[in-house]
Amino acid sequence: MEKIALSAESRALIDLEVAKFPGEQKQSAVMSALRIVQTEKGWLAPETIEAVAEYLGMPAIAAYEVATFYNMYDLKPVGRHKITVCTNLPCQLQGADKIAEHLKAKLGVDFGETTEDGRYTLKEGECMGTCGSGPLCLHNNHKMHAHLTPEAVDKLLDELK
Amino acid sequence: MPVITIDDRQIEVAPGDTVMDAAHRAGIYIPHFCYHKKLSIAASCRMCLVEVEKVPKPLPACATPATDGMVVRTHSDKAVTAQKGVMEFLLINHPLDCPICDQGGECMLQDIAVGYGGIASRYAEPKRVVKEKDLGPLVATDMTRCIHCSRCVRFGQEIAGIMELGMPGRGEHTEVMPFLESQVTSELSGNVIDLCPVGALTSKPFRYSARPWELSRRKSVSPHDGLGSNLAVHVKDGKVFRFLPLENEAVNECWLADRDRYSYQALNSEERVTRPMVRQGSDWVEVDWQKALAQAAGALKVIHDTHGGEAIGFLASPHQTLEELYLTRQLAGALGCENIDTRLDVADFSADGKLAGIPWLGMPVADLDKLDRVLLVGSSVRKEQPLIAQRLRQAVKRGARLNVVHAADDDLLCRVANKLIAKPSAWVNALAQIANALRESGKDVGAVASDVSGVAVSDAARRVAESLVSGERKAVFLGGLASQHPNAAQLHSLAQAIAQATGAALGFLVSAANQVGAALAGCRPGANGRNAQRMLAEPRKAYVLLGVEPTLDHEPAAQAESALESAELVVLLTAFKVKAMDYAHVVLPIAPFTETAGAFVNMEGRLQAFNGVVPPQGEARPAWKVLRVLGNQLQLSDFDYDSAESVRKAALPEGEDGIAARLDNGICALPVTHLQAGDGVERLGETPIYQLDPLVRRAPALQATQVAADAAVCWANGALIQRLGLSVDRPVRVVQDSGESVLKLGRDDRLPEDVVRVAACHRLTTRLGERFGALRLEKM
Ligand code: SF4
Ligand code: FES
Ligand code: FES
Repeated sequence: MEKIALSAESRALIDLEVAKFPGEQKQSAVMSALRIVQTEKGWLAPETIEAVAEYLGMPAIAAYEVATFYNMYDLKPVGRHKITVCTNLPCQLQGADKIAEHLKAKLGVDFGETTEDGRYTLKEGECMGTCGSGPLCLHNNHKMHAHLTPEAVDKLLDELK
Repeated sequence: MPVITIDDRQIEVAPGDTVMDAAHRAGIYIPHFCYHKKLSIAASCRMCLVEVEKVPKPLPACATPATDGMVVRTHSDKAVTAQKGVMEFLLINHPLDCPICDQGGECMLQDIAVGYGGIASRYAEPKRVVKEKDLGPLVATDMTRCIHCSRCVRFGQEIAGIMELGMPGRGEHTEVMPFLESQVTSELSGNVIDLCPVGALTSKPFRYSARPWELSRRKSVSPHDGLGSNLAVHVKDGKVFRFLPLENEAVNECWLADRDRYSYQALNSEERVTRPMVRQGSDWVEVDWQKALAQAAGALKVIHDTHGGEAIGFLASPHQTLEELYLTRQLAGALGCENIDTRLDVADFSADGKLAGIPWLGMPVADLDKLDRVLLVGSSVRKEQPLIAQRLRQAVKRGARLNVVHAADDDLLCRVANKLIAKPSAWVNALAQIANALRESGKDVGAVASDVSGVAVSDAARRVAESLVSGERKAVFLGGLASQHPNAAQLHSLAQAIAQATGAALGFLVSAANQVGAALAGCRPGANGRNAQRMLAEPRKAYVLLGVEPTLDHEPAAQAESALESAELVVLLTAFKVKAMDYAHVVLPIAPFTETAGAFVNMEGRLQAFNGVVPPQGEARPAWKVLRVLGNQLQLSDFDYDSAESVRKAALPEGEDGIAARLDNGICALPVTHLQAGDGVERLGETPIYQLDPLVRRAPALQATQVAADAAVCWANGALIQRLGLSVDRPVRVVQDSGESVLKLGRDDRLPEDVVRVAACHRLTTRLGERFGALRLEKM
């Protein structure tokens, strides 16, 4: 595995996060650091995780544990638009299963897969803490779309180029 | 003291104790998996749930602080229901493949399931399957059996100092694994096998060879490093099947280094010699003991009678027992020979005659973890004594400041406060700097003051000096490399000055299991005798070799080789076929430590006796018996020992009590002359961890490790590689003195630019010169 270096921009952003913790505990910034490099690179390759670990002075396996624990980290390349549907119980009761079925049929992919043109990735998510607005999905980890209906989903997909 | 009640028994507890600690102390067993007395609390398995009065839910005993007046029940309905429930959950994903599992019979899960679980599972759905991980040649995995107790992960983080295993994933997708496909390389890795409560991590070499209930457990002592780890030897049908740690808090705690754990493989190797042999022309002929001994004794007598005792050289291994070494000494003495030594790895003998006593650790091993300040001089401690490194790591964790003088900035897997990294020929100067910094700050450095006063002090040396001045419990340790250094005596003298000036203890991290014992047994040259170095530099007419492989134990190997080659007689007492058989005339097959009674004295002066655990293989015999008969044949008086104990008694008339008085690291201060480092690139020639003695050299699993492979590589700094136009991973010609070797080149930027790490005592480097010294790399 080739070693890679983090970009100067990423390092500057990580440094801001590191500064929030006592000097001895750089590794406390690991979640933010992984988020920062994922935003830059699109996903977290093993060498990226290793570079983050090295930068924070922690074992690579420890950073890998974090990256595999939270499902907003992508350990495989994703499409331009990652749509994460919450499938936990409250959302299910409000029809999340139907929304998921609709998305799968429409995109022709299953959870964890990417459309051939690299436009969409569909992911299964866990409770996002806004159960009152279900069924819902998250676009590229940052924007939430609530109270989904099949029509709303179609509209959303069209908007995402 | 607070008092708590467990199962109607009143138990006094110390502040900070958990319910589990209290129960342990009172001998009450609470089932557990993730709890381990040497590891941090994870409280993840929930097997230890107990009922605590006035608390509605059962609590984990391992993570619940014991508070005054607490009433705990480990067997109430509530506790039992909770334990049953946990057990059922733990078994949901467990494959229950006990019949084909190596852990069967010594499995905590099996035992606790029988004791605390239900009769059947209500779970009928498919179970999880986890892919095997390749952790290298020592540890086998069956990860489907893992119950996620995280003991192996915490061991890496907290004891081994390197987190090689982790638990990526979440929930039932959690898997124990290393990062990517890497193998574990820690020199303590085998301990995860003992820690793993199930059969997920087992011993690869031992796998499928025996069931635990077929094995008898016998006590013994590891013959490798100077710690003398206590062993439980598992035997069956007169054969050793494995070594496990025998707990001894004062020595190895509950751990074992991989070297101590896997060296047993050599005991059953094809390379054992099991019949006495004599040379006839270029052939070896197997003969009976009587003939072999008569021939050896006769030939020795001829040499003695014609050339005198001083024409003979006795070279013994410091991994042999006290009794064997003592009898070798007696034999030499009776032949009027003062040429006897075990220090084949030493280059500088100028301290001989100036020492106050026998070099030793300078303190009990158990005190190492309590030190506040440490200066480590010339010690690759992780390789030399892996469990001493572990103790120092614990000290650092408690706040100790570790200072290092070495030629490589190796990762000690703990924080190092200050370091002076310089090529070996600059070490005297480095210590002189520290001494001078102390002198300048008004400390009394004794006789070396005038020698060091002109030495320019670097900032790092000043920081080391400051670090050593502060703190309460401190020590200056000289490691194996410092003892093997061409200026070992000056290093010793300076280390003594530093220790005295700072109120630190002075100690030697002794590399061999019975080095202290060898000195006690008198295996040292007499006043007119030759030391190991001179015995080989000034070839003798005859050599008696006990357990040594001179071409691997001595540098330069060529010197040993030519001395043996030219000898008229070489009597070999060996357990293995060795290179020296090329020149030997009589081979007397001796029993390794598992097949003889004996004792080792470890680096703290602890006398540890043991018995043979299996009968000698073939015709091999305990060396003390062989030496006794040799003595009888030579008609020497006082050679009528009838047991190893009687030899031990003769060797140590006052027993263990007499040892302490003979240990002393004092040295008459020597002039410090070697203040100028040499020019150019120098060799750092360590004895690799798995080349220490004949036993480890023949343990296939250890030889298959990455660590062993790394020892066959020539390591250099990237800048040096570039300057010389060499390429990494390609063969490079290493030239030293008149010899050369071709090795693979590796890059290690932890080495200074003028240091090249080329293992000594390795079959690939026997044509090179001394361990330390100028060396050249050439493009192929
Ligand atoms: S492999 Fe063994 S020690 Fe490691 S977490 Fe699993 S059960 Fe525990
Ligand atoms: S269950 Fe979907 S947001 Fe909570
Ligand atoms: S032993 Fe207490 S939770 Fe595991």
